[in-house]
Amino acid sequence: MTWYVSNPATLRKVTLGPASDDSGRFEAPAHTTSALALRGLVYVAAFVVMMAFLLIMGYVLANGLPALTPDLFAWEYTSANVSLMPALVNTLLMAFLSLLLAVPIGVGAAIYLVEYAKRGSRFVALVRMTAETLQGIPSIIYGLFGLLFFVSMLHWGLSLLSGACTLAIMVLPIVMRTSEEALLAVPDSYRQGSFGLGAGRLRTVLRCVLPSALPGITGGVILSLGRCVGEVAALIFTAGSIAAIPDFAGQGIFALFDSARTLAVHMYVLASEGFHIQEAYATALVLLVLVALLNAGASALTKRLRKDN
Amino acid sequence: MPVEKTRPVSFACVEERDPQLDRDAVFEANDSLAAAKMAVRSLDLYYKDFHALHDVTLEFPEKQVTALIGPSGCGKSTLLKTLNRMNDLVEGCRVEGDVLLDGADAYRTLDPCVLRRRVGMVFQQPNPFPMSVYDNVAYGPRTHGVKRRAELDEIVEESLRRAAIWDELKDRLKKSALGLSGGQQQRLCIARALAVNPEVLLMDEATSALDPISTAKIEELVGEIKRDYTVIMVTHNMLQALRVSDKTAFFLLGDMVEAGPTEELFTTPKDQRTADYVEGRFG
Ligand SMILES: Nc1ncnc2c1ncn2[C@@H]1O[C@H](COP(=O)(O)OP(=O)(O)O)[C@@H](O)[C@H]1O
Ligand SMILES: [Mg+2]
Repeated sequence: MTWYVSNPATLRKVTLGPASDDSGRFEAPAHTTSALALRGLVYVAAFVVMMAFLLIMGYVLANGLPALTPDLFAWEYTSANVSLMPALVNTLLMAFLSLLLAVPIGVGAAIYLVEYAKRGSRFVALVRMTAETLQGIPSIIYGLFGLLFFVSMLHWGLSLLSGACTLAIMVLPIVMRTSEEALLAVPDSYRQGSFGLGAGRLRTVLRCVLPSALPGITGGVILSLGRCVGEVAALIFTAGSIAAIPDFAGQGIFALFDSARTLAVHMYVLASEGFHIQEAYATALVLLVLVALLNAGASALTKRLRKDN
Repeated sequence: MPVEKTRPVSFACVEERDPQLDRDAVFEANDSLAAAKMAVRSLDLYYKDFHALHDVTLEFPEKQVTALIGPSGCGKSTLLKTLNRMNDLVEGCRVEGDVLLDGADAYRTLDPCVLRRRVGMVFQQPNPFPMSVYDNVAYGPRTHGVKRRAELDEIVEESLRRAAIWDELKDRLKKSALGLSGGQQQRLCIARALAVNPEVLLMDEATSALDPISTAKIEELVGEIKRDYTVIMVTHNMLQALRVSDKTAFFLLGDMVEAGPTEELFTTPKDQRTADYVEGRFG
């Protein structure tokens, strides 16, 4: 018997390649002018990004910090203290409600599209294209839709619920698309391993695929959270601008139909009225800190969830 | 793709035989198929309109290692995936003919999940789940309803021992399986497959991604586990087939050319194409 090992010709080619005399040519790139120019551009780009970030932070800090008084955190809003506390609470409520609606539907849809629907089917492509289109629509159009549908047609009025539903529709494509990408990024070998052990599709998805996709999904949720917390246009049309916390203690579930001004809307109102510019900066500062905290919290939660698995 | 059917020489004379004798032969053949641990009968497989396996009839004797050899793309993996219905997951895959497990029709009488529990699989690339070593091994038992911690502990230890990797891993059961070396990962995957107590173990070139030492360990392991399990392995490496297997089947372009005891197939092949392949003429 003869066992085929390797072709001596290719072997020689492989070993001789790097030793040939023009080898120096391949080490040059770092010194060519185009490489230097490219490197310079990269530094410039990095510098611009850093400066933009620092400038915005510095500006907001410088203007907002002095106005950050205890008065600004009073539980009751008055036109004298322009407290941001109700708006802060409303922001959390609004974001929570929106995500409560959008995340299960968005992640569920993504799971259906990736794990259950026929791969590469026309239906999946259509849904994906629709979601991408929806992602590009300006938020004010969602606001207009919310105004016509939730506020007027369903008679929900300018309310927490109308606002949350509008935001949920607005971020749904984001949640869905990022979750879909996260699920698609999970190697098929995990699914095969799971099926090969006799697991059904549901168990494979829940115990094997979802945990791996969780960081990506959380990424989408954080992105959506940012959109919800920072949204103004869509909310002015749907949630109104009453600076009070909906009275859940007194009205129970019906407090959902109360108008609720969020931090971003609060900031917009203060700035556009023009009487409380300093307080608007302080609000911006609080908004920034809030977003940072929420993001950190979400990341920490993901890490915890991953460890438990 | 129109493929000309090339039948083994022995079939050529069948038509001239007495019909009664012929019926007896078929009966006898079926009987031995039913007696084997696992078998396929007149199996044709299509990926959409591509005819990937042509009329394959083959039996896999109990507690023996059967090796499937043949050049790339001849349908070895396809046949293996047919045995535990992993092909169900492939869009447009169609199977005709019978797959028998203990003489019973595996496609029509068994739920795919049950079939896959009884016929485990180890893949070419080690594919541990991104969880701890313990959870990897416990994944299967948990899937099939084992919940008690003590019982799981026992299964995990037993499975890791059977895969000859307990000593290496007993102190890192809680560590992520992704941190193990390729060879360890593959043996972990074998342990994971054994944890659901399968009857048949399918291995698709399970050593082709590994270094020689890990390969030797897994070959040794296969020699051990065949005492309790029926093993069916695809291999590119003919020496491996020679070292490990009891029976070998040679495939070429979707046809099963020849099958028989490994020694015989390698030393006195009946078909010229087999002879060419084992002598390395196909590359
Ligand atoms: N999912 C698939 N869809 C279409 N054709 C496939 C698929 N999987 C394998 N094939 C084809 O079937 C033939 C056999 O493949 P495979 O069983 O993987 O070969 P082997 O494992 O012997 O190398 C090849 O020609 C391959 O291209
Ligand atoms: Mg293969």
